[in-house]
Amino acid sequence: MRKNLNVIAAYSIMMVLILMVGIFQSWNIALSIFNLCLISAVMTMGANIQWGYAGLINFGIMGYTALGGLAAVLISVDPVQEAWRAGGFDILMCLWLIIVMVLVIRFILKNFKKSKLRTYSIAALIITGIIIIRVTAEPGIEKIEAVNPASTGFLGGFGLPIIFSWIVGALFAGGLAFVVGKVALGLRADYLAIATLLISEIVIAIIKHEDWLTRGVKNVIGLKRPAPYEVDLQTTDWFISLVEKFNSGKLSVIENLADRQGALNQLVIEGSSVFVKLCYSGLFLVVVIILLILTQKALYSPWGRMMRAIRDNEEAANAMGKNVVKQHLLIFILGSAIVGIAGAMLVTQDGLFTPGSYRPMRYTFLIWVMVIVGGSGNNFGAILGGFVVWFLWIEAAPISLFLINFFTAGIPETNALKAHLIESVPYFRFLMMGLGLLFIMRYRPKGILPEKIEIK
Amino acid sequence: MDFLNAIILLLNYIFIPALTYGSQLALGAIFVTLIYGILRFANFATGDMMSFGTMATILFTWYFQSLGVSLGVLPTALIAIPFGIVLMILYMLLIDKFVFKYYRNQKSPPVQFAMVSIGVMFVTQAVVRIIIGPGDRRFFDGEKFIIKAREFKEMTGLNEGLALKSTQVITIFITIVLVSLLFWFLNRTKTGKSMKAYSDNEDLALLSGIDPKKIVLVTWIIAGILATIGGVLYGLDKSFKPFTYFNNMLPIFAAAIVGGIGNPFGAFLGGYVIAFSEILLTYAYKKFFMYILPQSMEPNSLVQLLSTDYKFAVSFSILVIVLIYRPSGIFKGKVL
Repeated sequence: MRKNLNVIAAYSIMMVLILMVGIFQSWNIALSIFNLCLISAVMTMGANIQWGYAGLINFGIMGYTALGGLAAVLISVDPVQEAWRAGGFDILMCLWLIIVMVLVIRFILKNFKKSKLRTYSIAALIITGIIIIRVTAEPGIEKIEAVNPASTGFLGGFGLPIIFSWIVGALFAGGLAFVVGKVALGLRADYLAIATLLISEIVIAIIKHEDWLTRGVKNVIGLKRPAPYEVDLQTTDWFISLVEKFNSGKLSVIENLADRQGALNQLVIEGSSVFVKLCYSGLFLVVVIILLILTQKALYSPWGRMMRAIRDNEEAANAMGKNVVKQHLLIFILGSAIVGIAGAMLVTQDGLFTPGSYRPMRYTFLIWVMVIVGGSGNNFGAILGGFVVWFLWIEAAPISLFLINFFTAGIPETNALKAHLIESVPYFRFLMMGLGLLFIMRYRPKGILPEKIEIK
Repeated sequence: MDFLNAIILLLNYIFIPALTYGSQLALGAIFVTLIYGILRFANFATGDMMSFGTMATILFTWYFQSLGVSLGVLPTALIAIPFGIVLMILYMLLIDKFVFKYYRNQKSPPVQFAMVSIGVMFVTQAVVRIIIGPGDRRFFDGEKFIIKAREFKEMTGLNEGLALKSTQVITIFITIVLVSLLFWFLNRTKTGKSMKAYSDNEDLALLSGIDPKKIVLVTWIIAGILATIGGVLYGLDKSFKPFTYFNNMLPIFAAAIVGGIGNPFGAFLGGYVIAFSEILLTYAYKKFFMYILPQSMEPNSLVQLLSTDYKFAVSFSILVIVLIYRPSGIFKGKVL
């Protein structure tokens, strides 16, 4: 108990902060912060596995998040039959061509010795392959995008419950991580960072512009939810009576029957959106707890010890007969898969997929700030980092507004400087994040909750 | 005649824009590569430092414009650049003193430096946005075109026009001057040579009496000059928007690595490699083929290898290919 005091204290403070938002601002805001904190926590756990356990730096988090989101679309949207009839055949042909191309390249790589000729022939193969694929796909893509472009214009998905996408998102992200890992893991740390960052940008570019698959910047809206809809709740009897029961004290004060009905309606509307958010919180909490148990178990298993050995001294671990390359690839895939889950969760919660919103600032660097601030190598720290940083990210504007007003209290409202500062309140969050990161790195380089290694 | 038209077409839509864009990237890439070679870290704050320098220049430009100072046909920003550079260097030295110096003394691993530079990136982004706002700003004044497309057509009687923007000429001219000065400095002067020595082998350089503090100072000064001028040239040619500058960091990194990180000349050429491949691969060649091919063979499609949406993706793919097959870059930099 004593050992874990700081963990418990840190989490209690965090919970109190969120509760305070609930009491002073509104429960809706508090819960939406809490939900995104949970999603961020999943992302940080993914990044923490890579960075904290194995020392791999992955700046491609944005790409895996987006792939998870794509999985949510592909799983939950109903298939667009018309589009499939129009261009499905061409797309399937392309898929076959890609598979054949990959197999041929694998065959060449396996059966021929490394030589200039081999390299050039593979390059030629890839270029001709891409041209053939483009030529085959072009008419199909045009036909698909022409099918009712205002509402569909893409192939749609499988029409399954969106929850499945959490697993599929992990698979997608893991698959990409496999390819990226094969290509880039040999690089030195800071260049691995750049390479993964750029690869994630390529992924985003593809998701943004391949309209037949993702509707691109036209966004996919109205994804099916795993939670009930507010509108349905507001007309459900048990929900109304539940709200009535909760607020019976408040309602009984109101004498007039009509007024009371009006107040109840208002409460039901508010309550319904809180209830929906609570449903999501429950779902996300389950994911976070399952992942936390798994990652904790892994950390203290022989495998976790091996990973730390590899992280701390690659050569020694190699000399002890551990396959460093393979383990790096494995952990890269595992971490990215967890980030993929988070991406799918995010889209599930929002109910919409907006490829344009995936920006490295929000989905890569912010997550890294969370990991570093929270404490790399410590799962509780990483999760706490997700909570603290997301909380600050959202509440930075009100906090800095308060601070500006406090420090400029003597200056009249019309002062140009004060007006300018108040106008630029939204950007103080960047300042807070940057300064926070710099201070933590300087004075507490292991994060708020540092890594603790207990040998059991 | 058709052949001439085709050449003018390529000049107008590929060669000149790519040369301009390449120059802007090249300056940024030399900045990255110098920081990498001498201070030994990948600076993720590159784009935002460039935007800080540009912002400082814009502020001075506005000040000069309000005073009524102008260069006539040339943009006022050119007078403001030196002042912007000074502000930029001060900012960089401040950051170095409060942030990077500590880690340098600790001999931290490059990853930690990279993380710290992310903190600097956030802070710089905030500073720029708080001071000038996130909006799109054009600060170009003076004569916009040297040759207008229509005038060119009238002059030569060709079908294709060649438009030459003054910003393009300014960009290319300043880049050439600046880069030749820089290479002269690095290769001919004592300080430049000691910088190279420090970059090649730190211990040996220290042993032979090179003062590391001076090297770091000079590096930041050169970096400040490059970053500001690169940023201002980009802003004059297109427009200034903090977010775009942040995004430009990625092709700049690509250029620096493709050219061989730590190698300024490689970075310089790398900028053009990236710019030309981006534009060559995403240009629609339909009109070009219409000029050079006989009527019967005219293409129906746009003859575009990749849609322009993939412009950035092209440079990143080149980078990934280079990283796989030649991790030291095309022009042999440090092995990563």
